[in-house]
Amino acid sequence: MKSFIALVRARTLEFVRDRGTFFWNLLFPMILVFGFALALSDPSPTVFTVALAGDAPVELDFISIEQIDFVRYDLESGETMASVVERVRRHELDMAIDFEQQQFFLNTENHTSPLIRRIFEDSVLRDRMNGIEVPVFVEREISGQPIRYVDWVVPGVIGMNMLFSCLFGVGFVLVRYRKNGVLKRLKATPVSAFTFVSAQAASRLMIVLATSIFVFAGTNAFLNFTMEGSYLSLLIVTTLAIICMISIGLLFASRLKSEELAGGLMNLVSFPMIIGSGVFFSLETAPEALRIASRVLPLTHFVEASRAVMIEGAGIVAILPNLLALSAFSIVFVAASALVFRWD
Amino acid sequence: MQNILEVQDLVKHYRQVCAVDGISFSLAEGMCFGLLGPNGAGKTTTIEIMEGILKPDRGQILYRGRPIDSEFKKRAGIQFQNTSLPDHLTVSETIRLFQSFYPEPRPFNEIVEICSLSDILSRDNKKLSGGQRQRLLLAIAIVPQPDLVFLDEPTTGLDPQARRNFWDLIRRIQTEGATIVLTTHYMDEAHMLCDQIGIMDHGKMLEIDAPQAMLDRHFEGVLVRIPFDEPKRIDFPLPEGTVVRNDAIELTSTRLDETVRRLITLGLSLDGLSVHKPTLEDLFIKLTGNTLRA
Ligand SMILES: Nc1ncnc2c1ncn2[C@@H]1O[C@H](COP(=O)(O)OP(=O)(O)O)[C@@H](O)[C@H]1O
Ligand SMILES: [Mg+2]
Repeated sequence: MKSFIALVRARTLEFVRDRGTFFWNLLFPMILVFGFALALSDPSPTVFTVALAGDAPVELDFISIEQIDFVRYDLESGETMASVVERVRRHELDMAIDFEQQQFFLNTENHTSPLIRRIFEDSVLRDRMNGIEVPVFVEREISGQPIRYVDWVVPGVIGMNMLFSCLFGVGFVLVRYRKNGVLKRLKATPVSAFTFVSAQAASRLMIVLATSIFVFAGTNAFLNFTMEGSYLSLLIVTTLAIICMISIGLLFASRLKSEELAGGLMNLVSFPMIIGSGVFFSLETAPEALRIASRVLPLTHFVEASRAVMIEGAGIVAILPNLLALSAFSIVFVAASALVFRWD
Repeated sequence: MQNILEVQDLVKHYRQVCAVDGISFSLAEGMCFGLLGPNGAGKTTTIEIMEGILKPDRGQILYRGRPIDSEFKKRAGIQFQNTSLPDHLTVSETIRLFQSFYPEPRPFNEIVEICSLSDILSRDNKKLSGGQRQRLLLAIAIVPQPDLVFLDEPTTGLDPQARRNFWDLIRRIQTEGATIVLTTHYMDEAHMLCDQIGIMDHGKMLEIDAPQAMLDRHFEGVLVRIPFDEPKRIDFPLPEGTVVRNDAIELTSTRLDETVRRLITLGLSLDGLSVHKPTLEDLFIKLTGNTLRA
């Protein structure tokens, strides 16, 4: 235990003192997140988007306003009012009018709501003055933060950073230690391979968890991400994902002696993983084959679960399949690397 | 004295190369044993088998009469020929790290004092000079309070002053009772430090003995050397036992005045003639026909 703690400390000091790597691990993901926030911030809408659910009378003055985009929902064919309202909540729609229940929905956190309410009420008034029969619509207030692309992409960026940091921080360093004889020197001490390797993993877990929290908190301070679920769930899924990625790093580190080969292999694994896990683009519209393949990528499970927690407010039970998948991957990778590990 | 380590009939191949070819010897407790030989002789392979780091193809090592086990690891201090130190750690952090690995480590201050590290305790491992680095590596080797210390070419690449300091260090550790095994290709170093030496070449042990005994056995008297531009062209008979080299002739002599008189009668010019007591260097040349291919 004494040697475990000493090894964890040594490895962590090494990381903190390696200024280049240290700042790169913190700054790179933050720059990426801010970059996405700037480059892809929603252009301010010139028109409103309003949903018309059910049968809308054609003669309504409101519907004739050309500066408003109307999306018609046919409630008979599968679409539910709840899902339409959900889109108002996420600011994808500015208003939804339900002609069956005679109610309309506005998001109190959407700054266009007062304006669109006045336009709506004015045009109903005008219709009535013109003798048109208009039912009384009840206003329903809902509230919800808009889902910006950056809200959606932030788990992906942090996940990607975790992946690099775990693969290279564990894999690369162990391979270098094997090559330059540090591992051989440790082999000549009574320290067991298990103690040594688990100390490396523990140090990396702390480092990556701390960096991820820092990056999230640092960008959140400016961008104020949507957070519907609990931070605890997010912490649990993040921790499990880091353990899983470290175990992949260990697998690379268990035998290889060449840093170049290890680096090449790790790039070969991480880039398809990033593309295939829906880090930057949703896989919803991707080909079936890719979506199936993405299930075996640990990063997919992290990104999916953390998005569910942040955007949909999913609890532990809802993301349990992802958590189980991450745990299963970790066990497999750790066992495999323990089997093939060599000091030299 | 009891033998602390027995080396029995070691053989180790690397594919075609036979790095160690049937070596046996034993170490008495408290001695300093030197493995000598040129690069590629098999010194590192031999010492690493003795340390339990490499598995021999044949033969075995007995530590106090028993095959080496995990107990041995706690009692052996090891310095490899090429070792990097953990990155970004300071000297004192490195020592403390290694202290954590052993059940009963030597006290920190004692290590620092023995290896004269007090001035560089807070220096980064990467910023050490060659001599400082070797001292730190030795410090790590003595952390376990070892009764056996293995040093693989500890002074290679050091300047003469640093080498001398290192010798003092090794002697100090030996006086504390540790048995020392070191490899070197410096013959003077072996002569200075070692109670017994083994000369290796091409994986074989050529001779094992105390340095002076070995010299006495092979050389009688002193070595006389006369440089020549082209000694091969000498066409008159030289005294018996004369060795002709590329740039000189050499002979040993027990009675110097007589030898010189004889050389004069032969009509040889004695310009540049030198006389010295034979060294291990000369012995090595005699044994292998080669200079040290250092
Ligand atoms: N890992 C290895 N793989 C292949 N050949 C090796 C290896 N280590 C040493 N050798 C060969 O074994 C011989 C002895 O090497 P070594 O024990 O390192 O000699 P020394 O330490 O005396 O210089 C050399 O010919 C060397 O090339
Ligand atoms: Mg060597």
